[in-house]
Amino acid sequence: MKRRVVITGMGVVAPNAHGLDNFEQALREGRSGIRFFPRLEELKFGCQIGGAPEGVEELLPDYFGEEERLSMNQNIGYVSVSAVDAWRDAGFDLPGDEDSADWETGAILGCGIGGMDTIAEKVVPMVNEGKTRRMGSAIVEQVMNSGTSARVGGLLGLGNQVTSNSSACSTGTEAIVDALWRIRTGQATRMLAGGSEGPSPHIWAGFDSMRVIARKFNDQPEKGSRPMSASANGFVPGAGAAVLILEELEAARVRGARIYAEILGGTVNCGGQRGGGSMTAPNPEGVQRCIRGALADAGIMPDEVDAVNGHLTATFADPSEVWNWSKALGRGPDTFPHINSTKSMVGHCLGAAGAIEGVAVALQLHKGFLHPSVNCEDVHPEIAVFTEKIPREVMEYPELKVIAKASFGFGDVNSCLIFKKWEEA
Amino acid sequence: MDEQQIFQEMVGILKPYVKDPALLEGVTKDTHILDDLKVNSARLVDVIIKCEDAFDIEIDDDDADQIRTIGNAVDVIKTKLQ
Repeated sequence: MKRRVVITGMGVVAPNAHGLDNFEQALREGRSGIRFFPRLEELKFGCQIGGAPEGVEELLPDYFGEEERLSMNQNIGYVSVSAVDAWRDAGFDLPGDEDSADWETGAILGCGIGGMDTIAEKVVPMVNEGKTRRMGSAIVEQVMNSGTSARVGGLLGLGNQVTSNSSACSTGTEAIVDALWRIRTGQATRMLAGGSEGPSPHIWAGFDSMRVIARKFNDQPEKGSRPMSASANGFVPGAGAAVLILEELEAARVRGARIYAEILGGTVNCGGQRGGGSMTAPNPEGVQRCIRGALADAGIMPDEVDAVNGHLTATFADPSEVWNWSKALGRGPDTFPHINSTKSMVGHCLGAAGAIEGVAVALQLHKGFLHPSVNCEDVHPEIAVFTEKIPREVMEYPELKVIAKASFGFGDVNSCLIFKKWEEA
Repeated sequence: MDEQQIFQEMVGILKPYVKDPALLEGVTKDTHILDDLKVNSARLVDVIIKCEDAFDIEIDDDDADQIRTIGNAVDVIKTKLQ
């Protein structure tokens, strides 16, 4: 009999809010977390706007001791706060140093780029100046690819698999898929799943250099992230973290956990950079196979999908994505589900994207609403036929039951999850 | 700087790395940094760097290796300040 997996706790540090209540409020209001960064202008970036959580530095002393904070770059700070929030939200206390490890609980917490800020600001200058011995003991744990998961593993005393996945923009969603399978196959009872990314210019620079990020709204930051719009001008880079606690259903029931949603199924695949795909553009067949694969794994029919939370980054690929969904679901403009993009408010948070957006999905299901996809008053002409399916204001939707969420990353990698509202039978 | 001032400064430098603040009460020159204060041995290099900055001295690896107690640290710093 298949083990079912539900979400019993969540934590989020997003550009527009910290904490579930704030985040839900921000989503309902269509509140943007995008702002102008003077440093990007000094550094002559084309895109001088971005999404970065505010006020986290001030919060850290409430959460962590001084020694822990000395080895936390912003990436690790965001995910650590999110993980502790999620843990408490699930009804658990932080373990003491004397407790034994929790062998049943693990973590898959990924990044797209990782400790680039520490590398750029400390490692490279100090090594090059011959000052290696002055770097101190905390560099490795901040730059290693698994720095985020390793820190959280220690904070929460986790004793199951503790690792950081990485699949570019698909990272956060893939983490949830992998955690789902670990629980389904009986290898863990509970998994923290999510992702994070730091806000450093050195992380965003490569995207600026590719000219794929938004350069036309430096004077109007909140209007800059425009998924599905005719005036989309590239994605707006973002930073932050989110952690979802996935738990085996019976274990959740036994301890009387509050359940936000069930994860019915999910799939990851790659388009092979063939069939029209490349390092940076998806193979449409790969995308459609991923969506259909997720539906099959979830055991639901395409017409049961009430809403789609897209990848939808505000690049030229948005219209193709909407049509890929249409083909994968076999639903034309008249019968298409509602579709929104959380990135319209928080930007593209790279390794954190799938996780922050996954929390948005779970909140929308739990509370019965769809957040607006902002900044698309001017829907792109290629998808004008879908206009009525794009909420531009918050939509109360008590009958909302199933949301499909996907992420598509550089490397032509895809991931898709099917979330269902939790209703105790 | 007299020995007492150096001692106080040392205790201040060690403070962030001592998880249980109660362990800092009543510390003396004989207090063992790893065994008594339970400082994580991986962080000793950070303590040394902070000493170098606080007293504007250089402590090489051989000197650092001799430091076991707060008193050892004070002695090394006194020597470098002369």
